[in-house]
Amino acid sequence: MILIKNADIINGLDKSVKRADILIVGNKIEKIGIDIKIQNPDLQTIDASGKYVMPSFTDIHCHLRDPGFEYKEDIRSGSLSAVAGGFTTICCMPNTNPPIDNRAMVAYVRYRAREVSPIEVLPIGAITKGLNGEELSEIGLMREEGIVAISDDGKCVMNANLMRNALLYAKDFSIPVISHCEDTNLSEGGQMNLGFVSTMLGLKGIPREAESVIVARDILLAKETKAHLHITHVSTKESVELIRRAKEWGVNVTCDTCPHYISLTEEEVIGFNTNAKVNPPLRTKEDVEALTEAIKEGVIDCITTDHAPHHKDEKNVEFNLAPSGTIGFETAFAVLYTHLVKNRGFEISKLVELLSINPRRIVNLKPNVIVENQKANLVIIDPNREWEVKEEDIISKSKNSVFLGKKLTSYVETVIYEGKILKKDGEIKC
Amino acid sequence: MKHLLGLKDLSKEEILKILNLAKDMKLILKSETKKTPHLQGYSAVLLFYENSTRTRTSFELAAKFMGANTTSISVVTSSVQKGESLLDTVRTLEALKTDILIVRHSFSGAPHFIAKNCSFSVINAGDGMNEHPTQALLDMFTIRERLGKLENLKVAIIGDILHSRVARSNIWGLKKFGNEITVYGPQTLLPPFIDKFANVASSLEEAVTNKDVVIDLRIQLERQKRGLISSKYEYYKFFGLNEDISKFISKDTLIMHPGPVNRGVEISSDIMNLPNCTIEEQVTNGIAVRMAVLYLCTRKGAS
Ligand SMILES: [Zn+2]
Repeated sequence: MILIKNADIINGLDKSVKRADILIVGNKIEKIGIDIKIQNPDLQTIDASGKYVMPSFTDIHCHLRDPGFEYKEDIRSGSLSAVAGGFTTICCMPNTNPPIDNRAMVAYVRYRAREVSPIEVLPIGAITKGLNGEELSEIGLMREEGIVAISDDGKCVMNANLMRNALLYAKDFSIPVISHCEDTNLSEGGQMNLGFVSTMLGLKGIPREAESVIVARDILLAKETKAHLHITHVSTKESVELIRRAKEWGVNVTCDTCPHYISLTEEEVIGFNTNAKVNPPLRTKEDVEALTEAIKEGVIDCITTDHAPHHKDEKNVEFNLAPSGTIGFETAFAVLYTHLVKNRGFEISKLVELLSINPRRIVNLKPNVIVENQKANLVIIDPNREWEVKEEDIISKSKNSVFLGKKLTSYVETVIYEGKILKKDGEIKC
Repeated sequence: MKHLLGLKDLSKEEILKILNLAKDMKLILKSETKKTPHLQGYSAVLLFYENSTRTRTSFELAAKFMGANTTSISVVTSSVQKGESLLDTVRTLEALKTDILIVRHSFSGAPHFIAKNCSFSVINAGDGMNEHPTQALLDMFTIRERLGKLENLKVAIIGDILHSRVARSNIWGLKKFGNEITVYGPQTLLPPFIDKFANVASSLEEAVTNKDVVIDLRIQLERQKRGLISSKYEYYKFFGLNEDISKFISKDTLIMHPGPVNRGVEISSDIMNLPNCTIEEQVTNGIAVRMAVLYLCTRKGAS
């Protein structure tokens, strides 16, 4: 039995912020009301004065590296990292070893997650067998086993005909196709964004068109097939513009971007910082502006972390040899709060939309809302806490955060999932 | 100065210090014995992940003239083939009591990576498309020696700017002295935003006209396969310092090339034979400049 006192609640149904107490009994929200008084020896009271309570977050794009690369992360360590960031549902990408491209692999992730993870882990199945971009995987069987979407993330389905078939086929099973848009002929050998900084550092650049030409292609295919296309980790102004037009056009397209694309630029790479090597690469100030504007307008539907753990030894190499990716769960909320709410005056409810409501809608999950009789899945946020991202505080097995050393405002203090406290006052309790 | 990683982060004063010392070193080179004790007791390792007879020999001689013990590791014989990481190689060099590492690597930033992970001095002998600081220093040394100054000059850099570490180092170095840089080359070989670093000429003729210095770059012939240029002949006709363009180059203009030259691709033999063409001198000056750099890198505290 948990009583949260004096919380500023954003319930997930509307944008309003209401101050009230929340009583949690079992796995459900029993009562929401002003000044709830309870006498019970088992009662835990949390004082949330000056803090926000909102539905816990859902990430529809992350990498748990299990099976195959457990030295980077595994289902448990990844889940704990997610908890630290306020996520209680995470959808993991299939580029494991072996990849999640068949029913047995989906079953493995689901089974393993039930054993070791305190939260909900939902796999995303591969579009193509072995992520080879050649043959469709058994999408229907994987759907039965519990996948919520298909994606060859990390790779782009370069064969347009196969992509068209994937879109058509996914329609039969009512799941979105999540597209990692990258024309690999254009991006080949590229180490960072092609632009001012790549010229300055002498690193081979990835042109922004490597992303946007595939965005355009996939939009056209989605238009024709009327399938649900979800474009993930959008990073350029042009991609945003194409998606905006596609939505005006009535195409069934949704998209996400990641915290790093709305807060950092290619300049992070200066000094050959391998933690800033991500794919798609960090772009320019103009792109950051365009993405921020697109979030405001609702062209960008949700935020994903693209949590991509790598071992320290893998990142401590020459820039060309470093794998792409940054971890993201633990900093996501604070980065969004700092850059959108604090610096740009976005309403706090926008973050709830981006992290709690829309991601679930995209993968057809029931919404999390803070209403009586609903499951108690919520987070308590301290909006004023300032902190610096430090390696020693990271929960993930991997420490490759592009935000190391950055100062952020706001902190995910407490996380409750199905009535259980998973994190309290910054401490992981699971 | 502990390391020499590039000219981007070097001050004008530091550059002048190297060039002034190189002047003294050149006197030693001209002397009969060509021997100084400056680096006696030091061990200098040349670690070359890319072939370069010129640069390697130049560094090796520079170190030897100053009494250092040198050893050379090239990629074919190194354990890189066996999958040893650069970090492990660095640890080994550390254990071998290396004082100075001279490194050539095909990846931009590799010397910076080494410098971050070692206690010895690192000299960049060319990293990827990033920098080739000693080449630019020897170019600057040659310019100052020939023209008597290093300021307010008009300098053209011709050719593959995109992949050229020589171009980048020269741009960083020469710009610190208020020189005006113009670049020219095929559009496929010009990096984006180069106009923020230099003027971009609209023709070869425009690029070479009224210049104090023309630096012609080496073209890697495999660029042809990668779809960046179509043929040697076409390159020579439109982008090479050929007979047609020679009439636009003044007799007072220094014509430079980092070598080795693809004759009849980047530059014609006739132009190479002109008295204002400094290709051979650059090679000699290279040793002097490298002696200066080696000396300064071993005098870490005393700057
Ligand atoms: Zn991706």
